[in-house]
Amino acid sequence: MAVVKLQRPKLNFGEKIYFGALVKGFFLTMTHAVKTLLGKSVGAKELASSGLGVTMQFPEQRWDSHLPDYYRGAPTLVTDEQGRERCVSCQLCEFICPPKAIKIKPSEIPSDDPWAKVEKRPLEFDIDMIRCIYCGMCEEVCPEQAIYLRKDYLITGLKRADMVHNKKKLYEIGGVRTGLVNKWNELK
Amino acid sequence: MDLIFQLAIIVTKIVLLTFVVVLPLVPLSVYFERRFSAVIQDRVGPNRVGIPLTLLGFKKDFHLFGLIQPVADGLKLFLKEDFTPDHVRKAFFWMAPALTVVPALITVCVIPFGSPLGIFGHTEKLVIADLDIGPLFIFSVASLSVYGITLAGWSSNSKFPFIGGVRSTAQMISYEIALGLSIIPVLMFYGDLNLSTIVQKQAENGWLLLPLWKNGQLGLPDINTVLFWFPAAIAFLIFTISIFAETNRMPFDLPECETELVGGYHTEYSSMKFAMFFMGEYAAMVIGSALIITLFLGGWSIGFGLDKYVTDLHIGDFYFGGLIHMGCFMTKLIAFILFFILVRWTVPRFRYDQLMKLGWVVFFEAALINVFLAALILAAPQLEKTIIGIGAVLLVIVTLAVIWVAKVSEENPKVLRA
Repeated sequence: MAVVKLQRPKLNFGEKIYFGALVKGFFLTMTHAVKTLLGKSVGAKELASSGLGVTMQFPEQRWDSHLPDYYRGAPTLVTDEQGRERCVSCQLCEFICPPKAIKIKPSEIPSDDPWAKVEKRPLEFDIDMIRCIYCGMCEEVCPEQAIYLRKDYLITGLKRADMVHNKKKLYEIGGVRTGLVNKWNELK
Repeated sequence: MDLIFQLAIIVTKIVLLTFVVVLPLVPLSVYFERRFSAVIQDRVGPNRVGIPLTLLGFKKDFHLFGLIQPVADGLKLFLKEDFTPDHVRKAFFWMAPALTVVPALITVCVIPFGSPLGIFGHTEKLVIADLDIGPLFIFSVASLSVYGITLAGWSSNSKFPFIGGVRSTAQMISYEIALGLSIIPVLMFYGDLNLSTIVQKQAENGWLLLPLWKNGQLGLPDINTVLFWFPAAIAFLIFTISIFAETNRMPFDLPECETELVGGYHTEYSSMKFAMFFMGEYAAMVIGSALIITLFLGGWSIGFGLDKYVTDLHIGDFYFGGLIHMGCFMTKLIAFILFFILVRWTVPRFRYDQLMKLGWVVFFEAALINVFLAALILAAPQLEKTIIGIGAVLLVIVTLAVIWVAKVSEENPKVLRA
């Protein structure tokens, strides 16, 4: 390795006396302060600030409408356009889940059910939101496109049990998702 | 009966001025610190904590711009576990926090808060103790708070607090020299050490840094006052910066730098004992600003020759000008505290050797030369022209010599190798 000797920059008198830099600094901080109070900070508009600096003040202002399309919120289960639960409880998501947040109890669909040909659906489907790291691997691995990361980010609870999303809750957040997988449809 | 009356007045003054006027300034400055720093950094800061009316069934909380935040902070610290580690030297460990707060609050007693109030022909100065050695008293008592920090560092009996304590000892002792020397020109100018008299003189003849009136009349200052403005300004600069160092404020907060010393001398402290250090620091800042204002910026005086009229304001027998002056003093004080905060969020921290060099090489010499400069200017009207000339030449030679010595000692520092 070649040794590069760095020369410290030679300071002139003004720089050595230091006061110029101090005054410059005061102007810098004060411009920031004044701009913040006037709500004209750099980026205040793009970040939809509350009028003080660039901060959005949370409970009153939500960033829901500013969420990007690729935002990864809570993982949820979805039903298709015909009201069928898409999940066939193949348990791939359970196996891939890095923090082991997903627990699935598969069950068979009885033969008198209109969707009997799908054969399986989950009896219980729990996602422990304390463990979930919002990585999106479950969404990626799902062959039936049944699990999606939605934009919900306010996952709160007063006890641990509140933080486990069961099947009902997952479908409630997930809602209906149309398209792509229609191998179980009448159409095919 | 007279004695009881006197005692009652003294107790009222102590309670009102210390615990009603100065002590609330400590949480207030914490609040300002947080809001102002937030504003500087394009944030909002604590703006929520107020009166929780929703708990009482109302529709909306009354947020008061978050002014109650420091109270909430204090409550939090109060409810935390007060943990004393096993390895500390208990007696000193418990004593240290008190030793930092108490001196700062004691020094309040010589600060004049306003012009005398008059009720029923009885005038009362708005000072707790009208001592004739005001600044000296402040220095002597305030320097006791070094013990608090040093003892905290030593008694914590672990590495980081110890280094913090040692740093603070060295820093505070070296800056006390600059602190004391820098105000000698001011004291020479007034010929008095009583802070009330100093402020009274400033009210009549112009503030030390703003001498635009004389005997209550607006007008340009005479040549001697103009010349004295320069040593006064140098004294102000040195004194202010030394106060920063003395109160361990930001550009010089090496005793408690979070990044290298994990909090410095108060690493081992928790709960209310930590809060005491916190309070002590801010109380020292309040007192420091009060002293700077009193000495250089006219104390309670409104200035521009208005003070005479304000003092004469009265309803019947009650001369209330003092209260207006007190309001003026508090305004100045809060403005100066805001300046302290602005400095903290503007100026980057010094390295320790730079700090020591600034104290010993720059400020000590500058303050000393400043004393002689001020003396020459003050004595000039009584001296012959030749003597003034000789004095000026001597001063220039001494100044250049000092600068030369400082420069020579800087060149080619020996590289220490282990």
